[in-house]
Amino acid sequence: MNNLDLLTAITVFVLSVLVGIEVISKVPATLHTPLMSGSNSVHGIVVIGAMLIAAESHTWLGYVLAFVAMVFGAMNVVGGYVVTDRMLEMFKARPAPGTPDKVTAGTRDKEV
Amino acid sequence: MDTVSNAVHYVFLAAAACFVIGLHLMNHPRTARRGNTLSAGAMAVAIGGTVWLVVHESRITSTGWLVLVSGGLVGAALGLWAAREVKMTAMPQLVSVFNAVGGGAAALIAVNDLLQADHPAALGARVSLPGALSIVIGAVTFSGSLVAAGKLQGLVSGSPVVFPGARLLNVLLPASFAVGTVWLVLAPDSTTALYGLVVVALLFGVTMVLPIGGADMPVVIALLNAFTGSAVAMAGFVLDETALIIAGMLVSSSGGILTKLMADAMNRSIMNIVIGGFGTGDSAPTAVGADGAPAQVRAISVDDVAIQLAYARKVIFVPGYGLAAAQAQHELGDLAKLLTEHGVDVSYAVHPVAGRMPGHMNVLLAEANVPYTQLKEMDEVNPEFPQADVALVIGANDVTNPIARRPGNAISGMPILDVDKAKSVVVIKRSMGHGYAGVDNELYTDPKTGMFFTDAKKGLAELKAAVGEFVG
Repeated sequence: MNNLDLLTAITVFVLSVLVGIEVISKVPATLHTPLMSGSNSVHGIVVIGAMLIAAESHTWLGYVLAFVAMVFGAMNVVGGYVVTDRMLEMFKARPAPGTPDKVTAGTRDKEV
Repeated sequence: MDTVSNAVHYVFLAAAACFVIGLHLMNHPRTARRGNTLSAGAMAVAIGGTVWLVVHESRITSTGWLVLVSGGLVGAALGLWAAREVKMTAMPQLVSVFNAVGGGAAALIAVNDLLQADHPAALGARVSLPGALSIVIGAVTFSGSLVAAGKLQGLVSGSPVVFPGARLLNVLLPASFAVGTVWLVLAPDSTTALYGLVVVALLFGVTMVLPIGGADMPVVIALLNAFTGSAVAMAGFVLDETALIIAGMLVSSSGGILTKLMADAMNRSIMNIVIGGFGTGDSAPTAVGADGAPAQVRAISVDDVAIQLAYARKVIFVPGYGLAAAQAQHELGDLAKLLTEHGVDVSYAVHPVAGRMPGHMNVLLAEANVPYTQLKEMDEVNPEFPQADVALVIGANDVTNPIARRPGNAISGMPILDVDKAKSVVVIKRSMGHGYAGVDNELYTDPKTGMFFTDAKKGLAELKAAVGEFVG
């Protein structure tokens, strides 16, 4: 990688930091937990790195490291998105008071 | 660069843009779910693009495919199972575990890269520096997050664990991984430096989190989330993958902001929390009952509380950790629904640090079908307390303690809910035990406060039945 590429990478790095700050600082406290969980699933992107090292591995140690990295990365990405969706599903608009509630609190847990 | 890898890089760029938009959509409860779906879709496309790239470059061995596919399936199954089975009250632990595996993966990628290089000595600082940082940050996050999850789950003592020499270790370990990082940058082929760095960083994760009390875990988890992001970004530098740099730093900076918001809500600095403060045993209980005698409290019965609630015009519920611990959010939601139907103006006052993560209480209440329009944040609800006929506190302690307005105690200066300004206060609590800060709550001895000593879940169910008799 030449110097220009490194400069580009560092530019991307700095801009991402600023975008992250800008996007998050406006989120209401109500959504902080789903947000933390949601950003948690974004760092599941690490699974792509794990796939790339699996593709480049050619020693047993390399395969073992790539396998564990794959397990970790896939767990992060799948689990992160599913649990965030499960949380956010609870924030959906409620039926107006008075209309019968089809989904009761008791069945909600099993349903998701 | 050939056409395919160019195309895949555009796919990654599009995915990164979707992550930003997805997080932005999380600004509002109405669009939050769409944002998460968008982000998940982008992730799926990015993974698909990577598969395309791997196939196209055709350097992967069949064992490599086996590793990739089986590892992916095992991880996905574990993640799916954990995400579906977890109880909403155990959410912080799960987030912490996902932090751990994310950081662990980033560290492993860097270890792998430094080991696999054909001529490691030829690796410039361009790879070895981010590699070393990825290992250090990733490994600290891995072990630290597991300890944090263990504390929240009760597997590790929630109270601060301090052993002789712990403070010294917490100075020595960072110093030694600074040395290890420099060593690895100067000699990227030194496996001694590599493994040494991994071990030291793993140890530091443990010794960093162990002395922090359970009350501070939410802040620690947010901080570790930020760490994982930067570990992933460093792995991106190692692999030359811009997608990892963007997504990683996006998480890292947003995690940093969340950590700061959370620490501000407790009126403490992040440094103060990491070094130790609340619940470390350092801050001895300061307040004692008047004249050292046990403070006088007024215990009231379920019927007294029910009458007050049934004939109130405005009721504010103040849910705290006790509610979450007793998993009584459904009972509270039912009681609130009954009162609302009876024409009582009901709202919930949610302190930013109620529950175990910022916003955790909102998630628990949402689980119990509480309309989010009834959830009010501290600044919004505080002016409403003087109009409230009854403020019902369920298991919240430090965040309602009026002594925070006075200097000279453990919680001085912490923003609190103005529960004491309500016309009448009822506190549901099992005993007179202290909150995390270990100080007596003056609210409990206030003449207009009635203490309803019971388990939150049982007490709220009884209350609902009793209120039902009055309004039915």
